[in-house]
Amino acid sequence: MSTLSDLYQETIVDHSKRPRNRGTLAHATHSAEGHNPLCGDRLTLQLEIDNGRVANVAFQGQGCAISTASASLMTDAVKGKTPEEAEQIFAKFHSLLTEDKLPAPDLGKLAVFSGVREYPMRVKCATLAWHTLHAALQNEHKPVSTE
Amino acid sequence: MSSVRAEVIEAPAGFDVDRIREDFPILRELVHGKPLVYLDNAATTQKPQAVIDALVDYYTHYNANVHRAVHLLSTRATEACDRAREKARKFMHARSTNEIIFVRGATQGLNLVAQSFGRANLKAGDEVLVSGLEHHSNIVPWQMLCLEKGAHLKVVHIDDSGVIPLADFEAALTERTKVVALAHVSNALGTVNPIAYMTELAHRVGAKVVVDGAQAVPHMPVDVRALDVDFYAFSGHKLFGPTGIGVLYGKQALLDAMPPFEGGGDMIRSVTFEKTEYNTLPYKFEAGTPDIAGIIGLGAAIDYVNQIGLDRIAAYEAELLKYATHVVQQLPGVRILGQAPEKASVISFVLEDIHPHDIGTFLDQLGIAVRTGHHCAQPVMDRFQVAATTRASFAFYNTVAEVDALVAGIRKVQEFFA
Repeated sequence: MSTLSDLYQETIVDHSKRPRNRGTLAHATHSAEGHNPLCGDRLTLQLEIDNGRVANVAFQGQGCAISTASASLMTDAVKGKTPEEAEQIFAKFHSLLTEDKLPAPDLGKLAVFSGVREYPMRVKCATLAWHTLHAALQNEHKPVSTE
Repeated sequence: MSSVRAEVIEAPAGFDVDRIREDFPILRELVHGKPLVYLDNAATTQKPQAVIDALVDYYTHYNANVHRAVHLLSTRATEACDRAREKARKFMHARSTNEIIFVRGATQGLNLVAQSFGRANLKAGDEVLVSGLEHHSNIVPWQMLCLEKGAHLKVVHIDDSGVIPLADFEAALTERTKVVALAHVSNALGTVNPIAYMTELAHRVGAKVVVDGAQAVPHMPVDVRALDVDFYAFSGHKLFGPTGIGVLYGKQALLDAMPPFEGGGDMIRSVTFEKTEYNTLPYKFEAGTPDIAGIIGLGAAIDYVNQIGLDRIAAYEAELLKYATHVVQQLPGVRILGQAPEKASVISFVLEDIHPHDIGTFLDQLGIAVRTGHHCAQPVMDRFQVAATTRASFAFYNTVAEVDALVAGIRKVQEFFA
């Protein structure tokens, strides 16, 4: 079962059971909905952008351990960042999941998702929150889908 | 494998599951180094050697187009397709091979009825009645048709056990109901609908009955004349045959009156630029070169299933389902969706606090293949207020030992996430 512990690393299990930044924001400036049609997971993401930086971020929704942990760790990772910096992290995170390379050194905790690469069917679980973030930053008001 | 725990269920006389498993080469495969436990039969079934051999034999010895040439190979291919059509007729208990249309699968069969019968017979204000447990393939074609015609799509919902209340069904039928579209067996819950009785009720208001039989034909004998349905569609790949081939049964008088579905070769008698005369049944609905290998493979699958006997298959699977339901129910925090008294071999369940996708990935690592997700039946998921379920679906080659492996696997998932 060693491969499974690579996928479900302790940090992922922790964040899936105790997600950070779950809830709603009273003064959201940006929001988006994400949907993974494969498993029916839905996610609502709210951002409060102040002075060109993500001042606050919150998510709601139900998903698998990977998608919940990813949403939780994503919200932690983008707090205080500019939209451009957040998009850059998304790009690095995406290559972590899809390319056979070492994680970018500045990914921090997000590197725990490197095991997902071995499970192509689960990559969408890990990227749902990030696709939703991208849509929210664009202020696209139509729901995004991982398909 | 089954011998260890075989005593817990009563297999019908002459049914030897170990012997049957030898007919399916894929069941000897290892997955992640573990013996394959294939419990995703409602998605697609595995193929016996006899079906694989039939495909290889056709491509090796008599590959040729049908109904075209005078040469020997074409004659052999044409005769093989004709024989397969007769096997399908007998399998469905249809009156005539004119009533057996080869299609790509149940989905195409249902679309054919919607597009050909539906477009010719529905008008604004008419109603199409579907049930709350349909697969998307028996919802969307009717939605498209209703949108085009200004007709109404009406739904009769299921109760908490996953059953369509017959009083609700009867009450939903009106003189405006033109089509009633029903699954014979629900793919998401396993519920078996009393099609004969529902058809009788639908016919009283003059509606035609279209049945999605994809999940029924692998599990029980189907007699379209006894059911008196107007149309019945199924897929070969869920019946241990190849993908890409299926059957649409339709009553001859209805098929005769319907316009063609697609235009092309084979479906014509004569063509000029001024006018085309269509071919007779069943060819009128079979434009273009058919899936010849698929048709031959489906014929071989029907032979294989007949040789075991659908009555014995149904009896064995009922025992296996009873056992599986019993042991899955013992799991802490489990909720089985769909508890219909008449049920085919599907267990759809959710676990408290563990998402089906995580269960699916864990079980896969143990060599156990189950389906997780909405099973192309989102309205069913909505009805039970879940986004997804884990579904174990059984075939006659599954064993008590495999059910035990499933339950042991789920316990491991629960331990991990505890």
